[in-house]
Amino acid sequence: MSNSVILTKDLTKRYGDFVAVERLNLEVQVGEVFGLLGPNGAGKTTTILMLLGLTEPTSGSVSVLGLNPGRKPLSVKSRVGYLPDQMGFYDELSARENLTYIARLNNIPGEQVERRVGDSLARVGLEKVASKRVGTFSRGMRQRLGLADILVKQPQLIIMDEPTSGLDPESSHEFLGMIRSLKEEGITVLLASHLLYQVQAICDRVGLFNQGKMVLEGTVEDLAQRVLGGAYRILVDAEGERPAILHTLEKIPQVTHIRISDSSLYQVEASQDIRAEVAQAIISAGGRLLQLGVQAQSLDDIYTAYFKEVEHDAGHISTA
Amino acid sequence: MTQATFQLHEQESGVAQPREGSPWTGMWTVILKEMADHLSSTRIFILDILILLAALGTVYVATQELQQTVGQDQFLYLRLLTNSRQPLPAFVGLLAFFVPLVSIALTFDAVNGEFNRRTMARLLAQPVYRDALLLGKFLASLFTLMLVCTAIWLLIFGIGILRLGVAPGAEEVGRGVWFLLATTFYGGIWIALALVFSVVFRQSATAALASIAVWLFFTVFWGMISGVLAQALSPVRIGFPQEILAQANMELALSRFSPNTLYAETMIALLQPEVRSLGILLPTQLEGAILGAPLPPSQSVLLVWPQLTGLIAASILLFALAYVLFQRQEIRA
Repeated sequence: MSNSVILTKDLTKRYGDFVAVERLNLEVQVGEVFGLLGPNGAGKTTTILMLLGLTEPTSGSVSVLGLNPGRKPLSVKSRVGYLPDQMGFYDELSARENLTYIARLNNIPGEQVERRVGDSLARVGLEKVASKRVGTFSRGMRQRLGLADILVKQPQLIIMDEPTSGLDPESSHEFLGMIRSLKEEGITVLLASHLLYQVQAICDRVGLFNQGKMVLEGTVEDLAQRVLGGAYRILVDAEGERPAILHTLEKIPQVTHIRISDSSLYQVEASQDIRAEVAQAIISAGGRLLQLGVQAQSLDDIYTAYFKEVEHDAGHISTA
Repeated sequence: MTQATFQLHEQESGVAQPREGSPWTGMWTVILKEMADHLSSTRIFILDILILLAALGTVYVATQELQQTVGQDQFLYLRLLTNSRQPLPAFVGLLAFFVPLVSIALTFDAVNGEFNRRTMARLLAQPVYRDALLLGKFLASLFTLMLVCTAIWLLIFGIGILRLGVAPGAEEVGRGVWFLLATTFYGGIWIALALVFSVVFRQSATAALASIAVWLFFTVFWGMISGVLAQALSPVRIGFPQEILAQANMELALSRFSPNTLYAETMIALLQPEVRSLGILLPTQLEGAILGAPLPPSQSVLLVWPQLTGLIAASILLFALAYVLFQRQEIRA
């Protein structure tokens, strides 16, 4: 068997003239947390629906856990958990009843249903409210119940669509922790989101989507290298004569750009990690170095830089 | 990677192979869940109480009259269902009115309700086909309706035993069972109709209104329309009996497009054993017949066989329409 949990080849979906997904080649390995990143309407949800066999691809092929979701939908769906962006429940039923229905639809043997439902609810910390009507649940509780709902079937792959949208920071932090624990169990996770810092926090690899195409793919560092040209941003807080400091900093050969953001704050962009050289330069210029750090490259920067580039290109085309 | 590519090729070549597993996987789970929902919902509770009160009222009035004629009548328990006294209509008349309402109330939000609650994606991400979901919902409504009708029928027979002091005969029970079956099929049409609208309209209220509109059309207007249409399609020009007969037959044929007519005719033939024809009878056709002599149940059933088949066929056609529409529906809201 191959190690690919998800493998698509030239996957394309058109709605009339509109191309939702265009020639997507995606490969996700066992145990990976893969982030699908992109603005709203970029084709993330359509891709997910095709992976689950809920929408037929226009062309190309999909393989999930070595199976074709269009031909073997029952096997695929009993092994894959799907958390839609706003998971709905039967509000008039209790949390336990909601999960029991799903467990029975998954053909879990009757004597195991109660135990599995109980375990899943305990796993997400909802065992105390298991008999309460879901209608009384908060947004965060519903989202956790959604995760419990998926865990009932003990999936090999979990697909999440904007799992933390609408959650308060604490709940979403908690939720990310749960996703991390899934990864430790060896469950593969595919996560679609536009919240970059979260994707960055938990994903092994990310794919950047734009207008139905996957435009970039790789680890966060990879993407940074490609989009930001491997720039390092060093933040310096130093007191002293500004012109002297600036002058010495500019003399360091790797420095590409210096920005002064506050009275004593400098932002040094360089092609390498030159923290030591910067420290030396400031001291030699008679400055008092208060703080020095390298800014971690965030997906935010990649995202902004990439889409700025795209818009820039588009602008060129329209003026030409 | 090479292995994975190979798998992809294998799947591409196997396009003609059938879908995996039975399309009805999980259907009983859906039926049980939906029935539990129906039976515990306030909506159905209110309707049940209404029907129950109506049944008790009409049957009480009927027994008052029948108490005087006990012993003269062979089919007391059928009269219990069909006798009426002003201002109350007969029980079957009320049933013909209530069954569509209950059917529509059970089903108008079957599919769009799942979309509105955002549970559709969650359900279809489970290992069930849409087939099982839709048929499960249809059958759950049908079984609920059957359950309600059977309970009320048993109740009426119970009241009959208490008030009349005679036990129902085998023939009366047999005709009662056929009557229940026919009522279920009649309900099946309205369930399937509401199901179609619940697939077509995303708003539950729109689906409910559309279903009620169709029901009103057939209950109130179709009778008039078929009369007018018959005059236009086979006019009486000179006044020959043939012309008058042709027009009457035409009107009857047109009115039979309404499930209400089919159901009414079925009721008449099943619950009134003396009825031997549902169309127009000419004196020549009655030659040698003993008027007022009851038909055996098998002959009555034979008489309404076309009506029963019509009711079932209409249910199946409407369900097929709902099925086709639902299969093609996109899951994205």
